[in-house]
Amino acid sequence: MSALVELDACTKVYRVGSFGSGRLTAVDDVTFDVRSGEVVSLIGESGSGKSTIGRMILRLSPVTSGAIRFKGEDISAFGDRRLAEYYRHAQGVFQDPFSSYNPVYKADRVFALVKNAYFPHVDGATWRSRIEASLEAVSLDPRQVLHKYPHQLSGGQLQRLLVARALLLDLEFLVADEIISMLDASTRIDVLNLLGELKANGLGILFITHDLSLGNYISDRTLILRRGVVVESGRTADVFGDPRHPYTRSLLAAVPHLHTKWGPGTTTEARHSPTTPPALVTVGPGHLARVAQ
Amino acid sequence: MALKVTDLRVYYSSLAGDVHALDGVSFEVADGEIMGLAGESGCGKSSLGNSLVYLAGRMKYVGGAVQLDGAPLPIGDFEAMNEHRFTRISVVPQYAMSALNPTRRVGRMIKELLRSRGFDYHAIEPELLRRLELVGLDADVLGLYPIELSGGMKQRTVMVVSTLLDPSLLIADEITSALDVSTQKAVASMLVEFRDRGFVKSMIVITHDISVLYQVADTILVMYGGELAEKAPASEIVESPRHPYTKLLISSLPEIGVRYETKKLAGIPGTPPALLDPPEGCRFRDRCPLATAACRRRPPFQEVGAGHHVACWQVAA
Repeated sequence: MSALVELDACTKVYRVGSFGSGRLTAVDDVTFDVRSGEVVSLIGESGSGKSTIGRMILRLSPVTSGAIRFKGEDISAFGDRRLAEYYRHAQGVFQDPFSSYNPVYKADRVFALVKNAYFPHVDGATWRSRIEASLEAVSLDPRQVLHKYPHQLSGGQLQRLLVARALLLDLEFLVADEIISMLDASTRIDVLNLLGELKANGLGILFITHDLSLGNYISDRTLILRRGVVVESGRTADVFGDPRHPYTRSLLAAVPHLHTKWGPGTTTEARHSPTTPPALVTVGPGHLARVAQ
Repeated sequence: MALKVTDLRVYYSSLAGDVHALDGVSFEVADGEIMGLAGESGCGKSSLGNSLVYLAGRMKYVGGAVQLDGAPLPIGDFEAMNEHRFTRISVVPQYAMSALNPTRRVGRMIKELLRSRGFDYHAIEPELLRRLELVGLDADVLGLYPIELSGGMKQRTVMVVSTLLDPSLLIADEITSALDVSTQKAVASMLVEFRDRGFVKSMIVITHDISVLYQVADTILVMYGGELAEKAPASEIVESPRHPYTKLLISSLPEIGVRYETKKLAGIPGTPPALLDPPEGCRFRDRCPLATAACRRRPPFQEVGAGHHVACWQVAA
């Protein structure tokens, strides 16, 4: 299966400090791909560069070096028209559903904007049936959500509405950046299951999260990111079942479980290990980790 | 008994009427007990925490009594609460990350805070330094501005400051929610350590994350729609919950090892009731798979086992 989205040695350096005198490497030489019909989770703590990667894929932020390809085409070369076409296929949903909406407009205006921008010639009746179909795909009842203001809807409903909006386009790739962090446990799982259904329909999804149990639940492959560097990647079952990098292990040890108590010890020492990591080496089929051989 | 709350009612005034955020809540927290408080957003858990310490703004004390160490706590009287806040009952708020004054160095802020309560900073300073060291902070933080601290450092600083006068009760509201897993573990373990060292007698730890509560709490109280649903020892809530809401809540949590491909979890359909005009009877009944006609009456919060209370008609005593 060929890759839908490919990152090839992507690096992002931010200028920081007064007059941009400092340099901060947020993403350092990251290479991976996402195929159609697959959920890849990108797991990292705050400041690991995971959101920067999502933003670069959506071209909300340019890469400093390296290339991002969508179906083999370099996205940084896209002109306005080609970029609009790209956004027809690739969309993002972000963390805070409450601030993704304009509070003074009703929720259905979100859909009207899509029609104006992408489908100006589709007639009203056809458009309405498309909206209903995409709302149905995210398990929302059109009568319950349309004609409502954002504050009248729950966080889970708002997030699903954003996914429904993306589905109206010819969506092939979705960046889901912490989309369920702000939701209650009771609705979280519904949004996760929705991603699972979209995947079954052939969508490629990059699932960005800091929550290991959520990444483990939904994704096929996992990348563990630390300070902009991929320290371990592979099939989710391998990364979680047989973690090779000490950082992955320390993260897993810190996850609160329901039926087992935390072991003793803290994880701070793993956070301050040497700055020059060893190269990524293959430790199993499709399983890479930055460990000394 | 460190804390005894009896039939507490606290409403929010709004233009449309009163929002029944806490509607007749009764429970006890024993000496040395860490009680976890869980539930979905809008179930009243933060309202409960806030009303015990800082009942102000649109919050309105409607009725009920609170006793701390056997003496009544005048939660309805904002001024009278001043002598109890910080000294006997303290809070680490949800916004602890931004609770520090950005224009003051941390040390000066603590000094001013203690002076405002009539305490001598220099008498307390050695203990302050000892406790900062205990949570892994250097004495240098006192000379820094809050902006120079990381989220986890701020969280720990606020915890040390809040518990500096050894209060009887500490309310920790969602203090681990904004943290990374490793910091989360450190801060949560610190809560237990503070209790074990006697800095705080008892605690109420509020979070929506039951798996964190399972790690630190002795008992867990589950709230729903401004009322109590279930209270039991933490292991019992997790291993053998009785209330249908608790059961659904626990079963909706993905655990490491549970995969979408092999075991699809389900959420709880529907949304919590609006508390502006709360429904009669059991408030969970619209979403409850076990609801019957009996649920149109409000279920009592009754003991069904040792230390295990449930408000549900379907759970036989």
